[in-house]
Amino acid sequence: MILGPGEWAVVGLSLKVALTATVLSLPFGLLTAYVLARYRFPGHGALNVLVHLPLVLPPVVTGYLLLLTFGANAPAGRVLEAIGLPLAFRWTGAALAAAIMAFPLMVRAMRLAIEAVPPALEEAAGTLGASRLRVAATVTVPLAFPGILAGTILALAKALGEFGATITFVSNIPGETRTIPTAIYAALQVPGQEPAAFRLILVSVAISAFALVASEILARRAKVAA
Amino acid sequence: MTGRVEIGRSVAGFTLDFAADLAPGVTAIFGPSGAGKTTVLRAVAGLTRPDRGRIVVGGETLFDADAGIDRPVAKRRVGYVFQEPRLFPHLSVARNLRYGARGGGTDGVVDLLGLGSLLDRRPATLSGGEAQRVALGRALLSDPRILLMDEPLSALDLARKREIYPWLDRLRAEARIPILYVSHDIDEVARLADRMILMDAGRVAAEGPVAAILSRAGTAAATRAIAGGLLTAEIAGHDVADGLTEARIGDQRLWLPGRVGEAGERVQIRLDARDVTLALDRPERISALNVLPVTVTAIDTGPEAGALVRLDHQGQGLTARLTRRSVAALALAPGQRVYAIVKTMSATPARVAEIGASGRER
Repeated sequence: MILGPGEWAVVGLSLKVALTATVLSLPFGLLTAYVLARYRFPGHGALNVLVHLPLVLPPVVTGYLLLLTFGANAPAGRVLEAIGLPLAFRWTGAALAAAIMAFPLMVRAMRLAIEAVPPALEEAAGTLGASRLRVAATVTVPLAFPGILAGTILALAKALGEFGATITFVSNIPGETRTIPTAIYAALQVPGQEPAAFRLILVSVAISAFALVASEILARRAKVAA
Repeated sequence: MTGRVEIGRSVAGFTLDFAADLAPGVTAIFGPSGAGKTTVLRAVAGLTRPDRGRIVVGGETLFDADAGIDRPVAKRRVGYVFQEPRLFPHLSVARNLRYGARGGGTDGVVDLLGLGSLLDRRPATLSGGEAQRVALGRALLSDPRILLMDEPLSALDLARKREIYPWLDRLRAEARIPILYVSHDIDEVARLADRMILMDAGRVAAEGPVAAILSRAGTAAATRAIAGGLLTAEIAGHDVADGLTEARIGDQRLWLPGRVGEAGERVQIRLDARDVTLALDRPERISALNVLPVTVTAIDTGPEAGALVRLDHQGQGLTARLTRRSVAALALAPGQRVYAIVKTMSATPARVAEIGASGRER
């Protein structure tokens, strides 16, 4: 398939944004999933709601809230600008929007996988002298690995496809925040650009299919190893 | 004394009130389901938090409600063998064994429990008995100060249990630490334990050497089923033609079914109080081979039709369970000399505990 240089830039930026979002949210997602699965505390329900909010809020609302929080005139935005990490209308902001929108899917899959690990095994590990951290690292996470992987892939796919919050928070700036979905949207607004849109649609389908197949294979391998 | 457990815990409709000293050797915690046996083990391990009391093992206080001490599970150095093996399915047997290993190699325990041929296997490929042996080895390798075993054989059939007994005997002979062994199988207790703690409805109903508890077991529903006796005898020889084993208590001869142990070894014979019959005169021309002269020491009459007649045979206690009508008809009274008749086949092999010549003295 022949992509123009502009389209390659869009694909490259999309991958950069989605991978950044996924990799950086992975530790937080895992921690949140573990805490939700294994601990009961006041605020457990509130945390659960907060994590899942982006799943049910209109994406444009999430994007606008991000703009209110991290925009150039907001205090948080000014602090980040000062330390050299501006978010509004930057690709970093696109990554944050994608991460937040993908977070519920990631946490949900990981939490279900962790809940499926028998607490009896964790108890046994504890009596063998393993600290909670070691139990999590050597028993819980390895046994939940297929689900953790599935959550990661799901988050990556969601991050690649994120549109509403992204375009609201960081707009649609070629070379900076124009990801595959916003590029497709832009192309469809201009008469005669349908072929370009169609090429990006094919890329998007190919990446998604590849991600799903890859996760399936990895999960199967993990299962065989276990 | 290597420790003491003295704990209380109240949850909806159930109160646990347990106190016992910990001694080296195997102490069975016996009782019906729901008596609180597992809760005691979990409290010692730190998996369940008691409301009150203290737990001291090997000189270290693991829990003290008043002093606010509650050592985390991982720091307690308890070996816990659960009802199910709980092996880590994603690790090989060797890595399961090394998971909690402290210092030294694993060779000693691998030899002790015969695990050498299993090391490269995955837990999913082990039989129930093998998996439980690996779980025991894994617990031992963490160099525990106390070993907690929660009905580790209850999921196994009789054949698999018999397969594991010899390994547990070796462990008992070598272990220098207290072993708390929860069970609701009295044969298993007679087979494995030195002492027993009888629990009922969250309380300690009786505590002491197994033989003493069995011969004294009370009239309460929870303990009636275990009343009987645990007689220690010495094997004198075998009658191969009839398939019997001859044992002696002093000059008194006892026949046991099957071939058990070797001449000169000590054997323990568990008797069920319901299998013991009493006669005022030495009976002649009866099928039962074992007739023991005994002295009546006490008669416990329960609220129902039954009565427990406590007996003494050369210093060893046993109990016969008769109807109150029979007790009246024979006019039994403490101090009376009578004959206890025990069918040989009542001492079934599961009720025979072999003790090596070098075995422990009770």
